[in-house]
Amino acid sequence: MILHINGLEIKAADSAGDRHLLDYIRNDLDLTGAKNACDIGVCGACTVLMDGEPVKACLKKVRDAVGHKILTIEGVAGEDGALHPLQQAFIDSGAIQCGFCIPGMVLAAHAFLSKNSTPTRDQIRRAIAPNLCRCTGYQQIIDAIESAAPFYSRSH
Amino acid sequence: MPRLEAQNWRNDAVAKVTGRSKFADDLKVANLLHAVPAYSDYVHARIVRIDTTEAEKLPGVVRVLTARDIPGSNRVGQIEKDFRIFADDKIRYDGDVVALVVAESAEVAEKGAGLVRVEASVLPAVLDPEEALNDTILVHEDHGTNIVATHRVRRGDIEAGFKSADFVVEQEFRTQFVEHAYLEQEVALCAPQPGGIMEVRGSMQHPYSTRKFVAACLGTPLESVEIIGTPLGGGFGGKDDTAAIVCARAALAARLLGRPVKTVYRREWSIKESYKRHPYRMRYRMGVGKDGRITAVQCRILADAGAYCSVTPWVTWRSTVQCCGPYEVANVHCDVLGVYTNNVVTGAMRGFGSPQVNFAIEQLVEMAAERAGLSPVEFRRRNCVRQGSVTITGQKLDNHKVAMGEVLDAVLRKSGYERKLARASRGVSDSDELYGIGLAMSYRGVGLGAEGLDHCAAEVNVLPDGSVLLDVGVHENGQGLESAMSILCAKELGVNLRRIRYKLASTSAIPDSGTTVASRGTIVGGGAVILAARDLKTKIASAVAPKLGCSPASVRFSEDRVHGRRKDNGMPFDEAIREMAGSNELPRGVGVFNAPNVSWNEETGQGDAYFTWVYGCQAVELTVNKKSGRVKLLRAYAAHDLGKAVNPGMVRGQFYGGMAMGIGYALHEEVRAKEGKIVTTNFNTYRIPRAPDVPEMTAVIVENPDPSSLSGAKSIGEPTTEIMAPAIANAIYSATGQRRFTLPIRLSKP
Repeated sequence: MILHINGLEIKAADSAGDRHLLDYIRNDLDLTGAKNACDIGVCGACTVLMDGEPVKACLKKVRDAVGHKILTIEGVAGEDGALHPLQQAFIDSGAIQCGFCIPGMVLAAHAFLSKNSTPTRDQIRRAIAPNLCRCTGYQQIIDAIESAAPFYSRSH
Repeated sequence: MPRLEAQNWRNDAVAKVTGRSKFADDLKVANLLHAVPAYSDYVHARIVRIDTTEAEKLPGVVRVLTARDIPGSNRVGQIEKDFRIFADDKIRYDGDVVALVVAESAEVAEKGAGLVRVEASVLPAVLDPEEALNDTILVHEDHGTNIVATHRVRRGDIEAGFKSADFVVEQEFRTQFVEHAYLEQEVALCAPQPGGIMEVRGSMQHPYSTRKFVAACLGTPLESVEIIGTPLGGGFGGKDDTAAIVCARAALAARLLGRPVKTVYRREWSIKESYKRHPYRMRYRMGVGKDGRITAVQCRILADAGAYCSVTPWVTWRSTVQCCGPYEVANVHCDVLGVYTNNVVTGAMRGFGSPQVNFAIEQLVEMAAERAGLSPVEFRRRNCVRQGSVTITGQKLDNHKVAMGEVLDAVLRKSGYERKLARASRGVSDSDELYGIGLAMSYRGVGLGAEGLDHCAAEVNVLPDGSVLLDVGVHENGQGLESAMSILCAKELGVNLRRIRYKLASTSAIPDSGTTVASRGTIVGGGAVILAARDLKTKIASAVAPKLGCSPASVRFSEDRVHGRRKDNGMPFDEAIREMAGSNELPRGVGVFNAPNVSWNEETGQGDAYFTWVYGCQAVELTVNKKSGRVKLLRAYAAHDLGKAVNPGMVRGQFYGGMAMGIGYALHEEVRAKEGKIVTTNFNTYRIPRAPDVPEMTAVIVENPDPSSLSGAKSIGEPTTEIMAPAIANAIYSATGQRRFTLPIRLSKP
């Protein structure tokens, strides 16, 4: 099986097909940014993007990813390590506390802003509704997404 | 490099936003074994036999551990040593662990855990705290009674107080079991090291009590256990004793098998086993005089401690001290009890005994205001503490700025409360939506108070190139503690923040400085950092004074330079460190901050309970749908005097996060159980607020630097979460004309 993850072609053993995508990327590829906090697809901590759409990696099998482009948090920053403007916005807005939800949150926001780069704050709230955060009360996360939006209008 | 000019600096922000932060379960170790806890099907039962033979037969299972395998002590605890690492004599609640199955893979270990059989004789369970008071069924026979905590306040003359009252308001209030819902579940990764050392990484928020628990379990000295800091995916008070026990079990397996062992909890095990916020039953009577002044408060508060003591005596003590809210009351008769039941254990959670009593008292004062014909604001103004007031425990508030009025005014101004309250629906509206606004306020004793010794150590170590390693005995729980400590260190040393690295935390590197709880991190940790930096500056000053041509006392540190009287003829900080290399003194400073003394008399409930206090007020606007009863929060406001904001962006994060947790407490969250077995075991049934449940929030930082705090900073983590529920309850009343006395508030049809 060939997987496309963060712009790389990855050859996976056929036997890995039945495993959960989250388990595979965390344990075989050491892409540990995606977290397992509920294992039933209700917290969003394991969010990755599949062809630009947020999916819960804890509910997907490895074979579900074949033929699709997968983006994990590790693939969001530039190849030179430069932060994506959305990531910088999370830092500048003070949106990060424990950080456990942040990889999923950044990816959910990235997918959303790629489609709607002039969102209202209410639209942002609804867009990140699948992603739980217990630390921040979401306010500064919404600030971050709102402040990163102009970058997406410019780049699309 | 992080942008240091930004207001929201965090030392770990880049790692966290790129997914490179390694939390405990993200760490990879060779030759790893996996361990999974086994539970029984009982709630209260006497254990006859724990049968592990089937589990042991499973291919891949290496060993199954029970209480018999513990070389040290099976009993641990911070106050009462009643926690069992493994249940031995009895099952006392659904979350009691009977065995640990260790296997080559987590899947096999989990399968094995399902094969552990417990033979036991069922005992009647006591699940109602009132019933537990009868002691007909004892949870801990050796304790002799189910009562595990008793506190009281006896002030003035309660009968005379009620006699002089114009009227009396009475009400019973109830609150629920609440789960911390940290997103990262309990994790332990224990690796035996040469020389008999046990190295522990894990998701726990009290490395020192983890060290105690692990050492007690292994029967080894404290020095042989080393807890290494790992990024923590949230704690909120919830990763103390039960999370430490998760580490103790994994450490036992690692010791006995001589291999590294990892335990990663599933959410279901985490919610079942970990301790919760105490449910309270509170009966209050309040007498009010003709002048609208409170003449007396009598209350009786019963806390469900669940199956083990944990920190119930401390939680209920804070409730005792703060049972009358931030009001002057001359006559008080208050009894607070904590009682064992066969419910899930309860312990520390953000707020620590204050959210419950605030839910009661902040509604009670509004009920009294209405009877007295006064506005909720006017009634509060007449009764609340001010400069020089004496609290219900006899403490004179004169060593810091009493900012109760200031935070109230700030919220009134920001929210337009009084104008909007006049518009509240009071149950009548032309549309389907009823509009309301409510507020609540509190004061809160800072730190541990008379619960225990409040001290902290710090060390600042300058390396030959002028870079700085900082270590403090409090810990990063996600709140930004390391960043706040680094900022305070840089400020005190007058150096660029870039020079400072917060050392990888280890319990072996710095003295036991207690738990990073009680919103004490910034005040005690910061105090220690400033003292350590001052110690270092004294040493540098002595070494460089001759070269600067001044006395050591006149050496100054600023803008990354060390200078004498005139700034221009000083030297860069690194040069001062090189200069020091020629002296006999090392560029190293240590500091120990000791909180000022407090006092307490258990008999009378009188004393100077806390060395200083913080003040907060919050308001919330909402609508209630007449047909569905659905509550929609429109806007929330908060003003808190926290002394001094060290890192304002992170401080605002504490406001918003605390308020959101308060919203969950008020409207959404409840750990529900059937016959003692928790049924809300994951986030599909245990519902914490999602982004659309939380309104836009306004945070007003009020700063009155505290004389007892070297940085001026006090507390903010807990105050923000302790008054949202009563503010919502008061807003619902102004919208619907109906009061709700039970949490969470459920409105079927208003």
